Amino acid sequence: MTAEPTVVPEFDLSTTYLGLQLRSPLVASSGPLTARIDSLRALEQAGVAAVVLPSLFEEQIEHEDIQAARLGDLGSDSNPEATSYFPDLADYESVVDRYLRHVEEAKKALSIPVVASLNGETAGGWVRYARQLELAGADAIELNLYGIAADLDVTGREVEEDQVELVALIKASLSIPLAVKIGPHYSALGNQATRIIDAGADGLVLFNRFYQPDIDPKTRKVAPTLELSSSSELRLPLRWTAILSGRVEASLAVTTGVHTGADVARCLLAGADVAMMTSALLVNGPGHVAAVERELVEWAAESGFESVTQLKGSVSQRNVADPSAFERANYMSTLIGFTNSFH
Amino acid sequence: MRNECVDGNEAAASVAYALSELVTLYPITPSSPMGELADAWASTGQTNLWGMVPRVVEMQSEGGAAGALHGALQTGALATTFTSSQGLLLMLPNMFKIAGELTSAVIHVAARSLATHALSIFGDHSDVMAARTTGFAMLASSSVQEAQDLALVAHLATMQTRVPFLHFFDGFRTSHELNQVAMLEQDDLRALVDDAGVLAHRERGLTPQRPVLRGSAQNPDVFFQSREAANPFYDAVPAAVQDAMDRLAERCGRAYRLVEYSGHPEADRVIVIMGSGAGAVQETVEELNRRGQRVGVLTVRLYRPFPAAELVAALPLSVSKIAVLDRTKEPGAYGEPLFLDVVATLAEASTNGLRGSAAMPRVTGGRYGLSSKEFTPAMVKGVFDELGSEAPLPRFTVGIVDDVTNLSVRPDRDFELPIPKGDVRAVFYGLGSDGTVGANKNTVKIVSEHSDLHAQGYFVYDSKKAGAMTVSHLRFSRLPIRSTYLIDQADLVACHHFGFLFTQDVLAVAKPGATLLLNAPYPPEEVWDVLPEKVQRAIIDKKLKVHVIDARRVAGDLGLRGRINTVMQPCFFALSGILPQEEALDAVRRAVEKTYGRRGPKVVERNLAAVDASLAELHELTVPATVTSTTPLRDAIPTAAPDFVTRVTARILAGEGDLLPVSALPVDGTFPTGTTRYEKRALAQEIPIWDPDICIDCGKCAIVCPHNAMGMKVFPPDVLDGAPDTFASKGFKSRELDTPHLLSIQVSPDDCTGCGVCVEQCPAISKSAVGHKSINMEPISEHRDDERANYAFFDTIPLLDRELLPHDTVKGSQVLQPLFEFSSACEGCGETPYLRLISQLFGDRMIVANATGCSSIYGGNLPTTPWSRNADGRGPAWSNSLFEDNAEFGLGMRLGKDRGAATARALVSTLSDAIGPELARELLDADQSAEEGVRAQRERVVRLRERLGELESDSTARHLLSLADDLVRSDVWIIGGDGWAYDIGYGGLDHVLASGENVNVLVLDTEVYSNTGGQASKATPRGAVAKFATSGKSTPKKDLGALAMQYGNVYVAQIALGANEVQTVRALQEAAAWPGPSLVLAYSTCIAHGIDMKYSMTHMRDAVKSGHWPLYRFAPGSDEHTKPFRLDSRKPALAFKEFALAEARFAMLERSDPERAHHLMALAQADVDERWHYYEQLAGIERSVPHDPGEIVDPEGVATEEVPS
Repeated sequence: MTAEPTVVPEFDLSTTYLGLQLRSPLVASSGPLTARIDSLRALEQAGVAAVVLPSLFEEQIEHEDIQAARLGDLGSDSNPEATSYFPDLADYESVVDRYLRHVEEAKKALSIPVVASLNGETAGGWVRYARQLELAGADAIELNLYGIAADLDVTGREVEEDQVELVALIKASLSIPLAVKIGPHYSALGNQATRIIDAGADGLVLFNRFYQPDIDPKTRKVAPTLELSSSSELRLPLRWTAILSGRVEASLAVTTGVHTGADVARCLLAGADVAMMTSALLVNGPGHVAAVERELVEWAAESGFESVTQLKGSVSQRNVADPSAFERANYMSTLIGFTNSFH
Repeated sequence: MRNECVDGNEAAASVAYALSELVTLYPITPSSPMGELADAWASTGQTNLWGMVPRVVEMQSEGGAAGALHGALQTGALATTFTSSQGLLLMLPNMFKIAGELTSAVIHVAARSLATHALSIFGDHSDVMAARTTGFAMLASSSVQEAQDLALVAHLATMQTRVPFLHFFDGFRTSHELNQVAMLEQDDLRALVDDAGVLAHRERGLTPQRPVLRGSAQNPDVFFQSREAANPFYDAVPAAVQDAMDRLAERCGRAYRLVEYSGHPEADRVIVIMGSGAGAVQETVEELNRRGQRVGVLTVRLYRPFPAAELVAALPLSVSKIAVLDRTKEPGAYGEPLFLDVVATLAEASTNGLRGSAAMPRVTGGRYGLSSKEFTPAMVKGVFDELGSEAPLPRFTVGIVDDVTNLSVRPDRDFELPIPKGDVRAVFYGLGSDGTVGANKNTVKIVSEHSDLHAQGYFVYDSKKAGAMTVSHLRFSRLPIRSTYLIDQADLVACHHFGFLFTQDVLAVAKPGATLLLNAPYPPEEVWDVLPEKVQRAIIDKKLKVHVIDARRVAGDLGLRGRINTVMQPCFFALSGILPQEEALDAVRRAVEKTYGRRGPKVVERNLAAVDASLAELHELTVPATVTSTTPLRDAIPTAAPDFVTRVTARILAGEGDLLPVSALPVDGTFPTGTTRYEKRALAQEIPIWDPDICIDCGKCAIVCPHNAMGMKVFPPDVLDGAPDTFASKGFKSRELDTPHLLSIQVSPDDCTGCGVCVEQCPAISKSAVGHKSINMEPISEHRDDERANYAFFDTIPLLDRELLPHDTVKGSQVLQPLFEFSSACEGCGETPYLRLISQLFGDRMIVANATGCSSIYGGNLPTTPWSRNADGRGPAWSNSLFEDNAEFGLGMRLGKDRGAATARALVSTLSDAIGPELARELLDADQSAEEGVRAQRERVVRLRERLGELESDSTARHLLSLADDLVRSDVWIIGGDGWAYDIGYGGLDHVLASGENVNVLVLDTEVYSNTGGQASKATPRGAVAKFATSGKSTPKKDLGALAMQYGNVYVAQIALGANEVQTVRALQEAAAWPGPSLVLAYSTCIAHGIDMKYSMTHMRDAVKSGHWPLYRFAPGSDEHTKPFRLDSRKPALAFKEFALAEARFAMLERSDPERAHHLMALAQADVDERWHYYEQLAGIERSVPHDPGEIVDPEGVATEEVPS
């Protein structure tokens, strides 16, 4: 059951993110809860101000659609008794179709802004899908810059250049705001952040929480892991938010490690426009948004703050604790992945 | 008018669907696609003529489909069904009823051979001829266009006359031929369908509002008269059919007659024929008349009621000789049915003066085209020539060489029809899974749609499941194409698989100057040198223009692994010149977008890239003037093969089966076993290579190999003398063996399909690199020669004595000789390892009753069989009766062997003194419960035979000699798939399990009809997508094991080899040992599950771990207070969803209907939980089999006292 958000008229929760007017700084980051319409509704009902849908992964599109095509071909027209082994499903949706439909349905179901998230692989893919997401009705797009520079010949500079070019390319094809979710691993994060913003990003989301595979000593196999974030992970984005706040012309969002009203307060104090939550909502349910809001409001009241605007960035710059790692909720959804490849 | 390229099945089904409210179904080749189309149309909400979506219902058998059809018709519903062959036979009882009750209905039949000495899935009229006494009217279509048009005529006429119709067309030749069809639109149907007939039919439906009794039992007083009462209805049929045809002609311009004559108006010779063969005859007739002969053809369309008057009227009075061709055989009949009808008709007409002063023509009867045997203009010419002779054969065959009864007429091999200018004929050799057929179907459609050319596509497949060859025959012409036979003079030959050049005479069909398109895995400059000598010679002699492309590489580079279709198709268009190149490429691009559009942009993108890349990679080969190669074609079989294999099998393998004369073939369908070993198919690109250093001797690689290509042998060290240097072995760890032994794991490189199952199952992983196991897939090119030599040596290593190692372990079972080897099952097949295993454990005493299905195809489809024999000549004896009766068939085997044993035992008693009382007693008292006992009894029987040989003059001794082998235990194994066990054969299976007889039933449960292409069975789990369950099966899987356990005295086990090999071995042994009925349900992965088949075995672990497939054994016994049910797997530790969504059959629904998928997945989880809960309780239940109470029963089996309660 979702609790009604506590309304404390004295405290003005409203904020602006990517040029979008939000009723509060509480945003649901991309994750399983934003993958379903019923939980999206529950989030809205609990008071969330905007939602970021799960990422559309270009490699997932490739993997799944190619596999599905292989499947359709599997054994077909090779035997006199069986022209195929599977029925032709007319309603079958490709990964993109399904995602676009999700964007459309989310827009229909919600009155709060819907941010679509995109994780591309090729320049052509990024631009094509970004445009399709816009056409499907997304209010903004969050680019999920995710890449492990495993190629030993590629320099950090090259990686950074590619990102900047990509952002410019996508921005040029869109008329809705563009947020860029980056990781914390740059030699000079501040400079790269600036260049991304200069290339056209309307906001930065700090940070991408990289998927870190583990090794199971028992089976000696590489094991995918998914650990939920904790409040302690908030410190890394706090530092960078604080550094960037007021010095860049872009919205700032903190994601990873936001669990409580106090966490949100810390984000805002560091200079974030919004605080995004995933793990806390997964653990506590969508209704947790209301609890966090209540905590924030109570804290603000106790501290004598009147509005989020007043709060924002008041403890920005050079006033940050030590960093740690951050969240990445759902790398390719295993729930819907064909885990096999077909001959 | 809309022209479309469709096949006969689609043509007929489109009409049947539009004019029906209910479609009852059961899949059977080659009519299955009609039902599948109906199902697909219904699932997309396509409506019938009355705006409703017809209900499509899959039944448990054709008998069920006919019963449901009958019931629906009786309520006034418009209902139809589709079937073929045995399926039609199962419908016969209901067909008599439906006709007897004068019920409007149409059954559409893709006519197929009936199983006689062998099953055949191909086309002839033996099935429909078996239905000619049912009272159904019978209408024959001879082309794809007719399959649509006459389907409509049948529906119209049945409404008009109340007589039900059987509408048929030739299986494969018409059902699977793509040709251009002027499609009937809904408006046409609306204009032609008379609603009055529909309303009258509905009016006759049973209803409590107007209650009647229909289907009474009648006595001698009135039955006969009642039968005659229907006569007027039949009398009205010919006119009604012609009326329907006329109305169709008026509306659509296509005119048909009940019996249609074409040819010389004053013909002296005429062929009468029905079905697709009419096309070949018409073409020949036209050419012969052009050459000055006077011949004609009479095509019979309405066969029942036989249109005698129309036939007489259609036949020119000038005709003096007639050959009536029947596509069926009725052994012992005076002549085949159509022949007899024509003779009677003409005799009566001549007698009655209906043919004026014309003399009664001489009528001969011939058989042709059985089981889709080719029927060509050369054969037609041969028939006319025979008719032209002074004394034509009164009965004959055409298309074969009958050197036994000398009935065959000789085709005129020199006779060729002129090819109209501009016609293009192309033949494509493809590998089953490479997309060649799909692309060619597409090409035919493209040409039809983008030009004024007519196009025809016909596709020939072999029956192998893995590595099958497909041959596509495509014709393009400015004129409508009536040629109902294969192409033998092609303008373009495309060989999509380079290996075929070494095994098949691919260029035989190339006409001089033709183009050869070759997919070659070599750079263009190297291709010529690797061609075999015979191919080079044919290229030079025939002056072929050769173009090459490495399509596999091009496709692979674009991420289209193995699917070369989109690379090869543009090459065909470029070389054939049928369409302007750019126009053709545009059309191909549009087709790619249409075909793959729903699969997402990536798939489209890659295929478009393949189209664009192809022509740049196509190179013309400069053909040298002389042959440079010395490479011979590869022998189909080794030279040292048995006589029959060399004489017959080898020729079938070489594609020359058509040339075998009658005398070459067994008269009764009996063939030698163990023949796959002579067929080296060399399919694998990668083969498993053994690293003995990290092997742990477990035997898992061998036990899971679907093709018996991984062998395991244990032998003394001295055996290695003379081994090739590369032959690997290692010390074998064993408690049981007293002396040191070595172990060798050896791949047979030419029998391996490269599926990789062994590697996945191998548990031995290198300590230093996790990617390296004790078995690893490696390119065959690096290992072929060594491994061939190694395998040849391995094959000579003597087998370990069966007594030395226990059989109930994995490795103990794997040193036993497999007597099921090198099957043609799909790569990674989940069924065949079970068969291999039972053949190792019990092969030398097995008799197999095999239900029709995958296992009867890879087990018993010519030319070779994997069922084999040991050095003593013993091995499984195998037979297949039908699909539906396998349990009963096996029970009959059991009863027969038991009868033989009982008689033999009685004779041993009688002859005790002559045999020697001690031997006699030993024979009678032998304990054969274990293998040692069986072996000892075999030795006794040898001694018995010696004694009996001395008593040859004694007739009792001769009798005993003929039954002596029955004194040795034989095990009957009844084997089949879930379609048989859960559905069509369940009634019989239930009865056999209830019989208490000692039979072993092995159900290879793939949870779907695998052989016919993935239709749902009652074994299909909830939530899985299958044909006839396109929205996910809504009901849970039937618990066959639980049903069988209810009898209490049936041994029941559920096994999954890949999940627990030892439990599998033990369950099979316990099943064999149980003296009553046993049922073993074996989880069998299948390509229809949508998994990568290299995980075929490892995936079974998840099936068990999730509780989808709990392992158990129910071992009944007579001891009280025992708990016979034992769960062999642990409580489910994996969500069902985790297991299921790794399979496309479940995951597909997530894409097409996520909401329903979630709903069904939740229910499926509940199914798992509930079943586990139930089984856990079962495991605690005490149950014993009531046993022989002793003296109170007398030896005759009659109770002399009351049994105390």
